[in-house]
Amino acid sequence: MIFKILAKQEMPKLFQVMSANRIIGPVEKGADRNGKTIYAFEPVSQFEKLRLDYTTTSRPAKSYFLPSKETLCTFKVTPQGWDKYVDFNIHEPHIFFGLHACDINALNKLDKVLMNTKYPTPYYTAKRKNMFIVGIECMPQPFCFCKSMGTDTADNGFDMFLTDLGDKYMVEIESARAYNFLENVETSDPTEKEHEEYIACIAEKNRNFCIDVDTTDLTKILDMEFHSDVWKQWGDKCLSCGTCASVCPSCYCYGVEETVNLDLQSAVKTKQLYSCNLLDFAEVAGGHNFRPESGTRLKYRYYHKHRGFVEEFEESLCVGCGRCDESCLADIRVPEVIKSVRTGKREKTESGES
Amino acid sequence: MSETPSYLGVPITRPKVAFFDFTACEGCQLQILNNEATLVDFLSLIEVVAFREAMTESSDDYDIALVEGSVTRADEVERLKTIRKNAKVLVALGSCACFGGVNQLKNRFDDQEWVKKEVYGDHPIETQRAQPLHEIVDVDMKIYGCPIKKEEVEKIVTNLVLGKSVKHPKYPVCMECKANDNICLYDLGEACLGPVTRAGCDAWCPGSRFGCWGCRGPADEANMDEMVNIMKERGFSYETMLDRLECFGGFAEFTSKLKDQMEQDKENG
Ligand code: SF4
Ligand code: SF4
Ligand code: SF4
Ligand code: SF4
Ligand code: SF4
Repeated sequence: MIFKILAKQEMPKLFQVMSANRIIGPVEKGADRNGKTIYAFEPVSQFEKLRLDYTTTSRPAKSYFLPSKETLCTFKVTPQGWDKYVDFNIHEPHIFFGLHACDINALNKLDKVLMNTKYPTPYYTAKRKNMFIVGIECMPQPFCFCKSMGTDTADNGFDMFLTDLGDKYMVEIESARAYNFLENVETSDPTEKEHEEYIACIAEKNRNFCIDVDTTDLTKILDMEFHSDVWKQWGDKCLSCGTCASVCPSCYCYGVEETVNLDLQSAVKTKQLYSCNLLDFAEVAGGHNFRPESGTRLKYRYYHKHRGFVEEFEESLCVGCGRCDESCLADIRVPEVIKSVRTGKREKTESGES
Repeated sequence: MSETPSYLGVPITRPKVAFFDFTACEGCQLQILNNEATLVDFLSLIEVVAFREAMTESSDDYDIALVEGSVTRADEVERLKTIRKNAKVLVALGSCACFGGVNQLKNRFDDQEWVKKEVYGDHPIETQRAQPLHEIVDVDMKIYGCPIKKEEVEKIVTNLVLGKSVKHPKYPVCMECKANDNICLYDLGEACLGPVTRAGCDAWCPGSRFGCWGCRGPADEANMDEMVNIMKERGFSYETMLDRLECFGGFAEFTSKLKDQMEQDKENG
C-alpha cells in the first residue's frame, strides 16, 4: 500500500482527469422537515457539486450495480424460431467518487455472493469490473454502528481512499489505475507529522460512535432464541414494506418475471429486487407461504444477516450503515432488535412509541 | 379488424370484450384509449363489442366485461346483474368499481337527503348509497387505481388472452417508492398512506412529492395499527387520517374501527 499527500486545491484537476468517465458521487438532494440536508449518489459533472463532506445518503449507491429493476433479456419471435438478446446493462465505466468504508465493505460482501462464486452473476460482475472507487473517511452519524460490525475501515475493494487532514488529503493507493490518475496531479510523500495527523483523525472518528452493538456469540444466541417472543413483538410493528432491504447496501434478493408483450411476438425478462419482509417472499408455486407472519419474516431477515452469512463467510451481511434504522417508519432498528434478542424483551425506542 | 393473432405459432381466440360505465368520471376508460402507441396492438388482441366512449354500436354477446364505476342507483343494480349474467369474466375497473371510489365519500353523511340537495339543488336525482360492484354481484377480478394504469390493464388483458394467471403486487407502495429513490414524505413532514396501500402505481404520488391517498386500497398485509401509530407520533390528527383513509373507500373495514378509537381517545382526553 502506498500513501501520498494530495493538496485539496489539486482536487478539481483530479476530478477533471477522471471525468472522461461517468462519475457518481454524493450530492445534495434536498432538505428534510428540520432543514437537515438529504444526500444522494448521483452522476456528477462539476467538481463543485460533489459533497465529499456528506454525512450519509438515504439510499446506497446500489442502484448503479444492483438496480431495483433490470431487464435481463428480451425475446423476439422470428420466422425460424426465436431470438434472445442479452445485455449486461453497463455501457461505460463508473467512477464512484466518495464512498464511505461501510459502502465499500458492502460491495466486498456482495462480491462474495454474486461474483466470486461458482456461478457469478454476469449482470453484477460486468458492472463491478467496470468500477473505479474513490473512498473517503467519514464521521459517525447518530445511526452508524459500523465499528460494531467491523466495517468502519475498508482494507480492500477500492482504488484509492482519502482521509481529510484539513487543507490536504492522505491518499491510500490500492491500484495501479489510481496511481496513474494521481500522476496527473501534484502529490508528496507524507511526513511523520502527517502520519500523526492521520492517526489523530482516525482516533477522533472512533470517539464519535454513539451506538455499540454487542455481537459476541450472536450466531449462537440467535439459534437459542429462535422461539423468543420478541420476534412476534417486532413483527407486530413491522409494516412488511421492504424499505429496510431497499435502502440496505448489502441486500441482494430478487425476483424474476417474464412478460409477453402486447404484440405477442416479443417478451421481456425482468429482475426486480425484493425484500424478505414482503408478504410473499417465501411463497412458492401452488401458493403455499412458508412465512406468512411478519414476525417470522423479520426474524429471517436477522437470521440471514447475522447468522447464515456469518456461518458461511465468517462475517455479517450487515455493515452497520444505519440506513434501515433511519428509514424504518416503524422504528425497528438493528441495535435494538439484537439487544432484545439477547435480553429477551423489547425495550421502548427513544421516540416513545406504544 | 386485423388478422387472427397468434402466440408462438398457435392461433389465439380473441375474446369479446365489453366496457361498461356506472357512476364514475370515465377517467379509467379514457386511460385505456390514451396510449396511442399501443392501442392498435391492444385492439388486435381483443374484440371490443361495446365501448361507449369509443364506439356507437354495442352488443350483449361478450366474454369479458370491464366495468367502471360504483353503483348509486336502483336501475344500475339491475344493469349490473344483467352484465354479470352475460359475462364469463367480470372485471372491476378502477377504485370506484373496486371500493366505491371518491363517490362513496357521500356515504359519510347520515342525512342523504341533505347531500342530494347540496349536489343537485332543486333538481334531485334518485340516488342511493354508493356501492362497489362486489356488494351486488360476484367480481372475478379487480384492477385497482384511480385512475387505473394503462400498462397494468394491457398486461392483465394479455395474460387473460394467453390463459396466464393475473397477479397484483401484494406489497405496499413504499417498495416502489424506494425503488424510485424518492425522498420519503414523512421526512418532509407530510402524511402518506404508502406503507399500507397496495403497490402497482409505481409510487405515482410520492414521485411527485405528494403523499399517497390509498387509491389502490390496502396491501395484502397492511399493518393499520402501526400506520396509525406512525401518523399519531408525527402529529397528524385522526381527522387527517380519516380524510385519507376514507377518500377512495378501500379501507372501509378499518375506518369504522378507527372512528371508535378516535371517540375513545377523545373521551379519555
Ligand atoms: S423492519 Fe421497518 S422498514 Fe423493514 S419491512 Fe418492517 S417496517 Fe418496513
Ligand atoms: S441491515 Fe441496515 S445497518 Fe445493516 S447494512 Fe443493511 S441498511 Fe445498513
Ligand atoms: S434475505 Fe433479506 S436480509 Fe438477506 S439479502 Fe435478502 S432481503 Fe436482504
Ligand atoms: S413517501 Fe410514502 S410511499 Fe414513499 S417511502 Fe415514504 S411512506 Fe412509503
Ligand atoms: S401513490 Fe397512492 S394514491 Fe397515488 S396512485 Fe399510488 S396508490 Fe393511488
